[in-house]
Amino acid sequence: MDTADTRTGPSPLPLPAAAPRGGLHRFANPGRFLRLSGQVLPWLTAAAVLVLGIGLPWGLFFSPPDWQQGETVRILYVHVPMAWLAMGGYAGLALGSVLSLIWRHPLADLACRELSPVGALATALCLATGSLWGKPMWGTWWVWDARLTSVLVLFFLWLGHAALVRAFDDTERGARMGAILALIGAVNVPIVKFSVDWWNTLHQPASVTRLGAPGLHVDILYPLLTCGLGFTLAFAALVLARTRAAVMERRIRALQLAAARRAEAP
Amino acid sequence: MSLHWIHVTASYALVCGGFLILAIATISRHAAAKRRLAQLDPRASRRAQEPS
Repeated sequence: MDTADTRTGPSPLPLPAAAPRGGLHRFANPGRFLRLSGQVLPWLTAAAVLVLGIGLPWGLFFSPPDWQQGETVRILYVHVPMAWLAMGGYAGLALGSVLSLIWRHPLADLACRELSPVGALATALCLATGSLWGKPMWGTWWVWDARLTSVLVLFFLWLGHAALVRAFDDTERGARMGAILALIGAVNVPIVKFSVDWWNTLHQPASVTRLGAPGLHVDILYPLLTCGLGFTLAFAALVLARTRAAVMERRIRALQLAAARRAEAP
Repeated sequence: MSLHWIHVTASYALVCGGFLILAIATISRHAAAKRRLAQLDPRASRRAQEPS
């Protein structure tokens, strides 16, 4: 049970309640978050537009066709970044869920809530572009191999999270349920990553992130990394802007509620 | 246009279109929230614009 410390002198021991206020809790103040994110967001957006403005035309027009895949290799400049964002974003969601569940960080709840629709979009685009690559290369839009199936499960986990956090009237309860789902679903991320090594799949094994030298020529690797960076910056800017909007909407609801209470009071 | 290029164009259109639609929706949501907050609490919205 919590008791108030009534001593006037300096406390001989650090107060337990003061400990979680440092570190990431500095950013739990909505005013401070809005100020800081307001300064970061324009730079993040400008960097995303600039890097994508270089990376997308590079991949689409200036990189050479592959000796086996021909022009279809250009799909990989958008497909691979979407796959990275689908997995990396989910790792971010799991981290935010840990912050939310253990440290009850109020902004982590909102960030996770705003992250899941963007993550679901990236995963859907990964599946769609993979399918568009698969038809001319494999001769089929879809196969039930371990990589494709685990990414489809990841897509349902993103959708499930987005739906679950919005399904409760009590937003805190919704955030807790969403965090539990995100942490359970995090088991799927290493399955997606290593599925091509653990099982015999039609999907090729990792080319860029394998140990040792990447299995791609620099003419393909550099535009791919540029597009990867550009889409990561765009993803971060979208999530940050959505979180800012959510913080402002929460403040609006609080102000409207306070105004309604004042109007009801005799 | 070959079949390969049709698939490439469709992929780029999907990804760029998807991100663009989400960006437009986010910008309009952000602007609406900012406008409403400025109406309800003008002092706080002015403070939020100031550098920390």
